[in-house]
Amino acid sequence: MNMVVCVKRVPDTSESEVHIDGSGKGIDTSRLSFGINECDNYAVEEAIQKKEALGGNVTVISLGDKQSDEVIRMALAKGGDDAIRLEDEAFAGSDAVAVAKALAAAVKDVEWDIVFTGALTDDDGYAAVPVALGEILGVPFATYVKKLEVMDDGKKVKVGRELEGGLMEMVEMTTPCVLGIQTGINEPRYASFKGIKQAARKEITIKSASDLGLDASDCGEAGSWAALEQFTPPVVGEMAEILEGEPDETAGKLAGILKEKGLV
Amino acid sequence: MSLSLFFTEEHEMLRRSVREFAEKELAPHAEEWDETGFPDWVFTRLGELGYLGLHYPEEYGGGGGDYFTNIVLAEELSRCGSGSVNMAVAVQVGMATPPVLAFGTEEQKQKYLVPAIKGEKIACLGITEPNAGSDVASLTTFAEKVPGGWKVNGNKIFITNGVRAHFMTLVARTEKTKGYKGMSLFLVDTDTPGFVVSRKLDKVGMKASDTAEIFFEDMVIPDDALLGDEGRGFYNIMWELQGERLIGSAAAIGGARLCLEQLLEYTKEREQFGKPLCRNQAIAHRIADLATKIEAAEALNYICAWKYDNGEYPVKEISMAKLFAAQVSCEVADEAMQFMGGYGYMMEYPAQRAWRDSRLMRIGGGTDEIMREIIATTMGLYAKG
Ligand SMILES: Cc1cc2nc3c(=O)[nH]c(=O)nc-3n(C[C@H](O)[C@H](O)[C@H](O)COP(=O)(O)OP(=O)(O)OC[C@H]3O[C@@H](n4cnc5c(N)ncnc54)[C@H](O)[C@@H]3O)c2cc1C
Repeated sequence: MNMVVCVKRVPDTSESEVHIDGSGKGIDTSRLSFGINECDNYAVEEAIQKKEALGGNVTVISLGDKQSDEVIRMALAKGGDDAIRLEDEAFAGSDAVAVAKALAAAVKDVEWDIVFTGALTDDDGYAAVPVALGEILGVPFATYVKKLEVMDDGKKVKVGRELEGGLMEMVEMTTPCVLGIQTGINEPRYASFKGIKQAARKEITIKSASDLGLDASDCGEAGSWAALEQFTPPVVGEMAEILEGEPDETAGKLAGILKEKGLV
Repeated sequence: MSLSLFFTEEHEMLRRSVREFAEKELAPHAEEWDETGFPDWVFTRLGELGYLGLHYPEEYGGGGGDYFTNIVLAEELSRCGSGSVNMAVAVQVGMATPPVLAFGTEEQKQKYLVPAIKGEKIACLGITEPNAGSDVASLTTFAEKVPGGWKVNGNKIFITNGVRAHFMTLVARTEKTKGYKGMSLFLVDTDTPGFVVSRKLDKVGMKASDTAEIFFEDMVIPDDALLGDEGRGFYNIMWELQGERLIGSAAAIGGARLCLEQLLEYTKEREQFGKPLCRNQAIAHRIADLATKIEAAEALNYICAWKYDNGEYPVKEISMAKLFAAQVSCEVADEAMQFMGGYGYMMEYPAQRAWRDSRLMRIGGGTDEIMREIIATTMGLYAKG
């Protein structure tokens, strides 16, 4: 079974302060460390585990500049076979739909049964790429995938989707398909030194918008359905009510409010 | 990706992988392991990932990497917050096994090096004796030639991994001479009758690592236990101590970096007199000093490692690197405790472990004084006339 796994290099904002940059449309990343998007790390592992169990090929694709090579190479070190990086100034300002158009164009040249993406990214968090990609490719798709079983020699998959409250929705779909992988589906491995050495020697194919056969109208802001206007820090709510007093007192007040608003 | 003078993309990927492994798989246990000792699976997992044989040839299951791969390993293993793991691994990859590759027969390499790289056999190095510490040349453990082998009597102390090791790279005297001559190296299976672990020693720090006192009581080992040429033991072991010192320095520097990061975080968050601690110039300037020293220690270590990797043997500079890194790591840990106040002194915070663990750096692998002695001697200060 052949697989594609889409990965993104994102800033790690979990333990840092985030500041909006001068343009108002981005964040200041100068002091942030970068790495693979967390869900994507699980997607890579899932693809490699399926390859190890069933055979086939794993192609790693990332849209990003040269610095994205580091996350691509790490995926190769863990067991990916080939890699493509999509780089073009025209991609700047792409929303999830425009990103999905580029990814869809890229996988056209690859043989695949499943395209894996992360369920969402740690930076933008739209969770829209797997959906848009499935639509553009015209194949079944599922998001928040936390369980995956391949059936009928790869003709079908049984997918568990993580819903609210710990519910798991089980769906069956035919391949080819697109799966947005949720964290926790597996235990991502660490790259062995052998894998690292092999990955360092592998070639990453670079493709521009024209290599992918994309028009300017498909790319970047022109190809997007949504336009980012501006980031603003959350306004400290006027609605906020700070409860004061001893813990037993404040707990009582809190319970009262929750009841009053019908929240419990 | 920032590639430095010394590191390639391969090194950087290794760095990220080891760091992730140390932070996710090891660090959560650092506190618990101080009580229980760290489990053997740490060796097996590291072996599976190829991290115990980074610089060894591929034909023995190694990674075929350069010397800097070991530097990266030592720096990043520090991220687990337990100096013990790093020390035990340094003994495995940097002390007990390099002589097997350098001087061993093919059989010895297959029997000891290959499983050590896999993490299936744990190794220890037996040099120090109760009456021979800094003065290695005064050791007295004696291997007497008997038909078909050697009969060993004597006593080793402070042996890292000694309680659980499967084999020991042993330095013993094979001639009743004194001084540097007449010593030989042996590879000894620890289940050999007469190999007796008399005590598991309790220590101030590095508590997750086992440290043994060992007796050899008429221990008979076969002829082919001899490692390298008879009578060359002292020179052979002294040769490899140089490389080991750089790995020790890298571990010390990695530990100091982690400690400094924790200190920064703490002094940014902790407020006294209405502002974060780090906004007191007295503290900020000290932190600036510590950061500077770490950077300097690292630069010196890298330059020595580069020379060593390129076939030079810069004993003086390596001694300087070891001396400086050990001191910096202790200083950083001590200042971290200072600026964390009472919290730093409490067992429930990690600062105390760094403080206890780092203290070993100035004693193990050659003391500060011995490093100064080597530096002074190579500077020609004691030359007469
Ligand atoms: C946790 C731990 C792990 C260890 N692991 C191992 C191991 O795996 N294998 C192994 O073989 N050894 C190991 N050692 C031993 C270590 O290498 C020795 O402790 C060290 O070399 C010092 O020897 P010593 O303890 O006998 O001190 P001594 O040599 O007695 O030194 C005592 C003091 O005198 C100073 N001193 C000695 N000679 C001079 C001099 N000429 N001029 C000035 N000052 C001098 C020393 O610097 C020191 O301050 C370990 C030690 C520890 C604590």
